Amino acid sequence: MNRIDITATRSSESVLSTNKLIKNTYILLSMTLLFSAITATASVFLAVPGWTYMASLIGAIVLIWFVLPRTANSSAGLGVIFGITGLMGFGLGPILNAYLSMANGPQIVGTAMAGTGIIFLGLSGYALTSKRDFSFMGGFLMAGLLVVFIAILAGLFINLPALHLAISAVVIMLMSGFILYDTSRMVHGGETNYIMATIGLYLNIYNLFVHLLALLGALSGDD
Amino acid sequence: MDWSKIIWAVLLGAMILFLWPRAKHMLKDSPKAEQGDWQAVLLPIAFVVGFVILLIMMV
Repeated sequence: MNRIDITATRSSESVLSTNKLIKNTYILLSMTLLFSAITATASVFLAVPGWTYMASLIGAIVLIWFVLPRTANSSAGLGVIFGITGLMGFGLGPILNAYLSMANGPQIVGTAMAGTGIIFLGLSGYALTSKRDFSFMGGFLMAGLLVVFIAILAGLFINLPALHLAISAVVIMLMSGFILYDTSRMVHGGETNYIMATIGLYLNIYNLFVHLLALLGALSGDD
Repeated sequence: MDWSKIIWAVLLGAMILFLWPRAKHMLKDSPKAEQGDWQAVLLPIAFVVGFVILLIMMV
């Protein structure tokens, strides 16, 4: 086999593995989103108390930080990712119940869900079809995320509705950037594990939904 | 003070501490943008902003 043949074989192997990664990631993402929707619906019907959101989020963060990195390369990682997404979905119950109790609540929740889906599909499709490498955004996005965390921390002690709205608007733009960045990482080999790729995209969608819901809820015509 | 605010503050503080070294590393080692890269990002983000404004007007 000459050098050109070896290069062509490696190149086609690389394309095949990238396509497999993308396919597996989107299948797992669909399944985890569906599972999240089921647990969220369950927590809405159970009318769980407000602290459930915080408890679920703490549980999910512990799993993301300490368990997922150790299990992502094994089949146990699948169980962990369903645990994380199930917990995060269950935690949405009190938030969804608060919005659903508003006069146009079902419309706000439905619009936020549809909007999140359209934004995700549009941006992820753009990153996949344009084949652009968005890895240059990494530092900017991480710095933006830190600034948002500091602003949220300040918002806990300063009761300023405009600050909360501004945070939601910035998070929507940041998560849009992260969707481009994470999708591009799959295409360009920055991420080769479909479980880690799925959790990244899932967190982008989750945060996009929560903050779009907050923005729509605050700025809807129903006062 | 509300106890939940304290727990949120601790959680956010832990997240900032956890992400800080990663953000520093990424800021230092991320590849530099080439000409036209930022335009390729700003265009879809502008669409997202316009779409969100449309959604706000709808509800």
